[in-house]
Amino acid sequence: MPRGGLLDPQGQAVEHALHALGFGEVRQVHVGKHLVLRVEAPSPEEAAARARLMCDRLLANPVTEDYHLQVEVG
Amino acid sequence: MRRVAVVVFPGSNCDADALAAASAAGSEAYFVWHRDTALRQADVVILPGGFSYGDYLRSGAIARFAPVMAAVAAHARAGGPVLGICNGFQILCEAGLLPGALMGNAGLRFLSRPVRVRVEQPATPFTHLYEAGEELVVPVAHGDGRYVADPRTLAELEANAQVVWRYAGENPNGSANGIAGVANGLRNVVGIMPHPERRNAAVLGGDDGARVFLSMEARNATQHAAHVGDARGLGGGRVPGA
Repeated sequence: MPRGGLLDPQGQAVEHALHALGFGEVRQVHVGKHLVLRVEAPSPEEAAARARLMCDRLLANPVTEDYHLQVEVG
Repeated sequence: MRRVAVVVFPGSNCDADALAAASAAGSEAYFVWHRDTALRQADVVILPGGFSYGDYLRSGAIARFAPVMAAVAAHARAGGPVLGICNGFQILCEAGLLPGALMGNAGLRFLSRPVRVRVEQPATPFTHLYEAGEELVVPVAHGDGRYVADPRTLAELEANAQVVWRYAGENPNGSANGIAGVANGLRNVVGIMPHPERRNAAVLGGDDGARVFLSMEARNATQHAAHVGDARGLGGGRVPGA
């Protein structure tokens, strides 16, 4: 997700489109990315720790993006 | 004659132009493939424009892990000159060799046209033949050209005179402080969003970009080894709530 405070022109464009469709209650839209990874790990905690490393090294850019991480056991 | 390595990634498309511009300036320019691990005694490294790895994930995000980038980082950390043009600039930011990052243009459109830029910092290996304040016309061709950095990093860039080029007149992509190009703290690593290699001869509509390559070739400065480190988040820090 774009970091708070940074201009999000894509989010603004979607927001304007929603307003034009009559969804006037929309106050703000942010457009980000949703990545789904299937991983093998001994525990959900270890999966989360590894995924956090992946986010920090490649998946998210700390200058421009914040990220949230969620582990589901499949 | 300076040895200039032009790195070719899958998806680079300004590599031949960069090589031609460096050759026209009198340098001995050659291509280095992204899988290579040696720069073959390069004096200067150029990361050219294009869409390396299809710009997947983020522009430059995957290219920064190409095998050749370890050698580029070592060259940069030893004080060797590195120029990143457009996608090359994005790669240098992703690699932490330059501060900040480049995001989607504020107007959401891909821009491909000449823009005016002002030379702010002639004291770099790529600009020393320009005058401070000189205005140039150079083309841009990018979708992700909006330079961003956190407020502290921006303040440091301005205080340390690391802004090398700034858009003059209009700010085409919404870059912070109108920044079109920056340098690292030692000013040996430089990134520029416009394409000087596309404006190095009258037949191309002008030669305002030629001195980038002539500066590089004429440079006789000694190289100082120093540790540069990760410049991405000078004032950044960890992601809160992550």
